[in-house]
Amino acid sequence: MHVPDGFIDAPISAATGVVAAAAVAVSLRGARRELDERTAPLAGLVAAFIFAVQMLNFPVAAGTSGHLLGGALAAILVGPYTGVLCVSVVLLMQGILFADGGLTALGVNITDMAVVTTVVAYAVFRGLVKVLPRGRGAITAASFVAAVLSVPAAAVAFTLIYAVGGTTDVSIGKVATAMIGVHVLIGIGEATITALTVGAVVAVRPDLVYGARGLRQKLKLRVGGELVDVPDTAPVAAARSHRKVWITGLVASLVLAGFVSFYASASPDGLEKVAADQGIDAKTEQHASADSPLADYGVKDVEDARLSGGLAGVIGVGVTVVAGTGVFWAVRRRRTADVSPASTSGV
Amino acid sequence: MGAGHAHRLYRHGHSPVHALPPHTKLAAVFAFVVVVVSTPREAMWAFGLYAVLLGVVAYVARVPARFLLKRLLIEVPFVAFAVLMPFVAEGERVEVLGMSLSVSGLWGAWNVLAKGTLGVAASVLLASTTELRELLLGLQRLKLPPLLVQIASFMIRYGDVITDEMRRMRIARESRGFEASGVRHWGVLAKSAGALFIRSYERGERVHLAMVSRGYAGSMPVIDEVTASRAQWSYALALPVTALVVCVVGWTL
Amino acid sequence: MDPVTASLEVTGLAFAYPDGHQALFGVDFSIARGERVALLGPNGAGKTTLVLHLNGILGGGVGSVKVAGLPVDKQHMAEIRRRVGIVFQDPDDQLFMPTVREDVAFGPAAAGLKGDELEARVRTALERVGMAEFAHRPPHHLSFGQRRRVAVATVLAMEPEILVLDEPSSNLDPASRRELADILRSLDVTVLMVTHDLPYALELCPRSLILSEGTIAADGKTAELLTDEELMRAHRLELPFGFDPRSVTMGA
Repeated sequence: MHVPDGFIDAPISAATGVVAAAAVAVSLRGARRELDERTAPLAGLVAAFIFAVQMLNFPVAAGTSGHLLGGALAAILVGPYTGVLCVSVVLLMQGILFADGGLTALGVNITDMAVVTTVVAYAVFRGLVKVLPRGRGAITAASFVAAVLSVPAAAVAFTLIYAVGGTTDVSIGKVATAMIGVHVLIGIGEATITALTVGAVVAVRPDLVYGARGLRQKLKLRVGGELVDVPDTAPVAAARSHRKVWITGLVASLVLAGFVSFYASASPDGLEKVAADQGIDAKTEQHASADSPLADYGVKDVEDARLSGGLAGVIGVGVTVVAGTGVFWAVRRRRTADVSPASTSGV
Repeated sequence: MGAGHAHRLYRHGHSPVHALPPHTKLAAVFAFVVVVVSTPREAMWAFGLYAVLLGVVAYVARVPARFLLKRLLIEVPFVAFAVLMPFVAEGERVEVLGMSLSVSGLWGAWNVLAKGTLGVAASVLLASTTELRELLLGLQRLKLPPLLVQIASFMIRYGDVITDEMRRMRIARESRGFEASGVRHWGVLAKSAGALFIRSYERGERVHLAMVSRGYAGSMPVIDEVTASRAQWSYALALPVTALVVCVVGWTL
Repeated sequence: MDPVTASLEVTGLAFAYPDGHQALFGVDFSIARGERVALLGPNGAGKTTLVLHLNGILGGGVGSVKVAGLPVDKQHMAEIRRRVGIVFQDPDDQLFMPTVREDVAFGPAAAGLKGDELEARVRTALERVGMAEFAHRPPHHLSFGQRRRVAVATVLAMEPEILVLDEPSSNLDPASRRELADILRSLDVTVLMVTHDLPYALELCPRSLILSEGTIAADGKTAELLTDEELMRAHRLELPFGFDPRSVTMGA
């Protein structure tokens, strides 16, 4: 989905540039707060990892393969701030070193692929982890849902950018249908790989999964020969009110997931066709295939236009709800940070 | 990106373009692309002139046309997309060779093709005449946040190391008779990716220790500063300024 | 040994990691200026933990570490890190800058050196390890042995009081191994070499310490320690097959 120059007009490119710069600035602060002087080496190495893992081919069938985009994975493994930084740096370097993605489209690319993907994935992930029962299974499941939503969310963001700044008047409905339809498919692949990878890391070094910190077993005290929990210092009320937020997020995600699957089962023809297009495309230019918007006009044949349009709406609303929940949660968290350091401590 | 990609675009040479300070080149290419993007698409001749300008730069930089054209292939997906545009765009339609095409779609396709291609060509020229290290120094000089430059430079430094590790893991898998051929093998590949993440992160921690051991306290010491003379600046900016003239003429005509 | 001239003095050092695992149980030793000492010990003996105490990366336990009389604490950290040069096991971790020259310059530049003085420092350090002509190469393009030598140069450029090497001979082919030994012998700095490579210790270090289960179990002439079969067995140290320390004429 690396957007080239000239795809989005100059004013909107500049505007997204500002958005991207602001997001990177916020992330720089956030990352430094979390990692202090370890930021540069750790974020650099994680960026190198994302860069490398994008080259890891996941065979789909008969010679075609896809690869990871990595936004959701980065968000879950190293947190939203560092995640945004890593993916942004990868995009910047791809633009400058490999001419992959236009220089004037950097703002669009970063906003879309680094910011939206990472933030949505992280918000969904944290929301689910909070409401699901503790355990590795929950983390894997949450990673799956987070990644499966993050990719179409980026498609929605792209469609919105295109709606205001696209240089061709292809109808927004068509762009949305094509982008979102294809990215739901890509999202499923991305989600499977992300969930498996996070699962693999959690199994070996759970402490390295940023999104799962605070979930580690509590310290025990031995009192009179029996193990007891260390008393919680955080007020219980705060924890309970958090729960409501998480449940809202979860319900939104579930509704979303339901619609997605409904869509998937309702129009198998269109999806198969996209898959076929993807396949041909993947053979010629493997790396660009999984995320290029071209494949995707196959979906324009989806018979029920209302259905696909509706889907776009639902995803849009869902993303808004999730992002809003995320913001709300971030604010809440900051406010309660001093009261409950236990939930955020640890490296 | 393909494996071992990291230095492929750079072509060693001693041309005047190679010798320019990196930040002047970065600024020039960026300004050039901005100008190109702001040019009205109806001024077709302007894009021709831009292409000629880039051709002159390529000639001065002694970048062979074949090399440049080959690198333009990265654009192929978008060419395909552009080809589709006339069929799907709205508005007034014309008949071309018996096909009904949208006029605005044709314009849109032309717009994306012309601007995208020029953008890629300009980036390729930059990357093929500037060393990685220089590019980072240039970004630093252009006041990109130092932390971002540091992250980028660590990414460049360790990109190969980690790609190598990934390759060794693949060889290890294959020597034990494992060949990934379908979705059911994703679990194994994802485990490799997970292991790769852990290795990368732990290496990050070790690198940090090595840095701290040599007196690092949060900011990188400035070892090299790139500077540019007025002459070098004007030499580099000749490209975007000429383009700007073309652009302005394009708007007024 | 006179404590005033000692390059390194460790007294009663004990340390437990935050997870409760205790690695050091009271370590005492001292190294005089100009000595070359090997620190031997089985895996898990606490060697790395000890090394990370020498320049204050780990701390907070009991006991003290002094470098040339200066205590390792927050107040003297910058000076300590300049005086104690640690060469880590994997040169790829140590060489984090884009070119060899910048990497060697990193330490002195962080200490505030600039311009010609910095250049001179870098050149000297690279010459001492025979890598001067590689100054502008990216570390990734060097062989493993060359990277190890550059890693030594990065530390030498800081003109340290004491050079601490973690497994310097690991992964080196015999020629690189000998070249590194020649370089180490030619330096007139105090050297503490953490190693499993007993012949290498014997070749380079007249004196050895054995660290076992978090304490110094033996301290003496390398040749004598290596020939004490009972001591060696007790601390899981084994000589390579066919190697007899008695048959070797010792290096300086």
